[in-house]
Amino acid sequence: MKKRIVVVGNGMVGHKFIDNLVNHADAANYQVITFSEEPRLAYDRVQLSKYFSGSTAEDLMLTSEDYYNEKSVEFILKDKVVDLDLENKEVITASGRREGYDKLILATGSFPFVPPIPGNNGEHCLVYRTIEDLEAITASSAVSKVGVVVGGGLLGLEAAAALKAAGLETHVVEFAPRLMAVQLDEGGGKLLRRKIEAIGVKVHTQKATTEIVAGTEARYRMNFADGSHLETDMILFSAGIRPQDELARKCGIQVGDRGGIVVDNNCVTSVPDVYSIGESALWNNRIYGLVAPGYHMAKVAVSHITGGNEQFTGADMSTKLKLLGVDVASVGDAHGNTPGSLSYTYSNDVEEVYKRIIVSADNTKLLGAVLVGDVEAYGTLQQMCVNGMDLPEDPNGLILPSVDGASHGMGVDALPETAQICSCMDVSKGAICCAVQNGANTMGEIKAITKASTSCGGCTALVKQIMDAELVKLGVEVSNHICEHFPHSRKELADIVRIKKIKTFDELLDGHGKGLGCDICKPAVGSILASFWNEYVLDKKHIGLQDTNDIFLGNMQKDGTYSIVPRVAGGEITPEKLIVLGQVAKDYKLYTKITGGQRIDLFGAQLHQLPAIWKVLVEAGFETGQAYGKSLRTVKSCVGSTWCRYGVLDSVGMAIRLEERYKGIRAPHKIKFGVSGCTRECAEAQGKDFGVIATESGWNLYVCGNGGMRPRHADLFATGLDDETLIKYIDRVMMFYIRTGDRLQRTSVWLENMEGGLPYLKKVIIDDKLGLAAELEQQLQENIDQFQCEWKTTVENPELQKRFKHFINSDDRDDNLAYVLEREQIRPAFKDERANKIDLVELVD
Amino acid sequence: MSEKTWVNICNESDLFADTGVCAKVKGQQVAIFKSRRLGEVFAISNYDPIGEANVLSRGILGSIGEAIVVASPLYKEHYNLRTGECLEKPEYSVTVYPVKVENGVVQVQA
Repeated sequence: MKKRIVVVGNGMVGHKFIDNLVNHADAANYQVITFSEEPRLAYDRVQLSKYFSGSTAEDLMLTSEDYYNEKSVEFILKDKVVDLDLENKEVITASGRREGYDKLILATGSFPFVPPIPGNNGEHCLVYRTIEDLEAITASSAVSKVGVVVGGGLLGLEAAAALKAAGLETHVVEFAPRLMAVQLDEGGGKLLRRKIEAIGVKVHTQKATTEIVAGTEARYRMNFADGSHLETDMILFSAGIRPQDELARKCGIQVGDRGGIVVDNNCVTSVPDVYSIGESALWNNRIYGLVAPGYHMAKVAVSHITGGNEQFTGADMSTKLKLLGVDVASVGDAHGNTPGSLSYTYSNDVEEVYKRIIVSADNTKLLGAVLVGDVEAYGTLQQMCVNGMDLPEDPNGLILPSVDGASHGMGVDALPETAQICSCMDVSKGAICCAVQNGANTMGEIKAITKASTSCGGCTALVKQIMDAELVKLGVEVSNHICEHFPHSRKELADIVRIKKIKTFDELLDGHGKGLGCDICKPAVGSILASFWNEYVLDKKHIGLQDTNDIFLGNMQKDGTYSIVPRVAGGEITPEKLIVLGQVAKDYKLYTKITGGQRIDLFGAQLHQLPAIWKVLVEAGFETGQAYGKSLRTVKSCVGSTWCRYGVLDSVGMAIRLEERYKGIRAPHKIKFGVSGCTRECAEAQGKDFGVIATESGWNLYVCGNGGMRPRHADLFATGLDDETLIKYIDRVMMFYIRTGDRLQRTSVWLENMEGGLPYLKKVIIDDKLGLAAELEQQLQENIDQFQCEWKTTVENPELQKRFKHFINSDDRDDNLAYVLEREQIRPAFKDERANKIDLVELVD
Repeated sequence: MSEKTWVNICNESDLFADTGVCAKVKGQQVAIFKSRRLGEVFAISNYDPIGEANVLSRGILGSIGEAIVVASPLYKEHYNLRTGECLEKPEYSVTVYPVKVENGVVQVQA
């Protein structure tokens, strides 16, 4: 006979319990049934704020009805358990349903605490806890201008971020004298406040709200105890959580003085066979409001039920997160409450960094830490603290910035095997090492096998370090091979191609590789061949190498159509050309947008329309902008000395000259330039791979910057250059990068990984230390001489255009395309719009 | 359901070796690939079930281990050209169509 396990509450922890149980070796002995008050199964509450940045409720789901069905887990949604019959071992729901149990799990979680302020129940007074709450906040934001969050803790600041993202004037009102009072000390709280205010969120500390009344300028007016007030259209309460213990309370299960269901080390309550886990449980007079301890309790309860001996003996409350874009971390005893504890503090107001570590009275162990603005040391500090490791001789090094580039952190080797690396999924260093020993050698495999770093992701860097260290220990060279088909790095392949004068992929594969090649090596080799020989990329022998965008000389969009981006060198364009672009867009009903790179982008062109559109553009004097290639994308410029009151040199002229020179050159990654006519830097040149800024004494050249996911300011490479020297240096750096860069490696990463760094690069380029300068210049010149407009070549050759039909055997177009109008232009229809076939735009065939 | 028959698509010389083309076969979109090295022709559905667009014919042909694959041009998942299975997400797969070249003419069974 199977034992019946009833789980009340299907939040993160309730689900974790179920998941652990149904995947347990003895799973067959149990039948699980779970109740949820909410209309959906468990979702990731930790990532709730992502709902505002585009994630859907579906994206946040931790499980699915299919999964529960597959595992034979019964689930009842939207039916709250309202009573227990402890004598007969039954639960009773609001709808009157009764279910018997052998073991009962109360995973009822917590509810947001709303301070008892008169007027706290208005229509636009909300809380931040469930997806339904978020929907209410979204709806309220839409009709509000000003929003106030009551509570400056973790969740409060998350909520503030959501209001800010919704475009509201945002305030945070906190009763305590500082933000995140639980986790941060005074110094940390102060810096956090400054950073958050700099983002435009107004912070009010030491404010006790006495009443909420009707406002005069906004919907509400909050009156504070000190006589001041604040007007707002909506109020979000985030003043902490309270354990949801009413069921236990009602049925005589022991609860704490300030709430919470009392449990022992096995997570068993005062009533046998009744357990409580997660935020509803009170262990050792403590409530744990984080998910990791809840997950641990889930594991302990499963262990106890199945006859194991795992115990819950407290949990580490360290946290690291990004709040409103500010990095914040807190480890262990962050307030230095331990008697006799000492502390070290590093505070840098200029760079806005605050770090403090708390150590034991004898200066040998780390007790806690607070980090704001720079949390790189978090992993190390948290591990030292949790594992009681000895402090290094000079603990200062743990928080001081490194002056020589050397890391003061300890190596992962110092961690014991038992060290818990991923606290969300409870994965130890030993488990990661074990996975590596069993053959896992990529982060993907480590994640799949151990589940480490699959929840909040805070431990990713540490997990990678452990994996790499273990690989090295096993004697595995951390491979730089481009893929399984070539036992070489991109640089080695580039050398082989250049030195052996290889002209095709097949030649290279025959001599140096195996298999058929793949979508990693083919485009990389295609790029190398183009970098050195610059033949027409759609030539029959190269066509199979081209990535998505290169193969049809456009940027593929999500529905399989393409965007068209003609070159507009330096952003300078004649009215005639503007009219042509407008006319083409109108004729083909394309969506039109000015890009961030001073281009005009036309979206929604179907495959078969591309040659006809480009024929018109080529005839009007346009060239391909190579917006699809790993090649020069744009040279952004300001208006320069020709028109600008402050311009020192002709930035437009230089931008056009550079763009004409480097257009079409294939590189390991896309390349962008910027040219500013004076140090006001209107072209944002320092955010580009090559930045050029005019000064009174000539051009300053900056190299290896970028925007993108991990922005980096370019480094100043040389100053006061004349036109010719500027171009000479750029030629050399560019070809050196093309030869030695890794596949899809940006110039920024290339420089960061270069042994000797910027000084070495200067020696190679300016002092010609390697004697390569002339060769680099010549190689680049040859490449430049081979330039062709790929679209011109294509539209002049009917044979080449055959490939641009959607069907090889029919003139029909793709019938899957559907567009609707938004702000007077087309956009791809969403799924539901497609299904309902409402107001679709008729396409130009 | 109508009976399956061999449908003439195009001449073999119309295919571009090592890249794909899309054909309309009894109303369905079929991606056809020819590998120069293997001397073999493959046909699968053109619809990428993950990216939800008709684009597989525009992916890069290659091999992963023993499997002959095409990488979707949208999000780069690999589909086995012989079995239709998605290597990264086995819960997704695409239809594989029988294909042959007879007297220089490419034929697909649908």
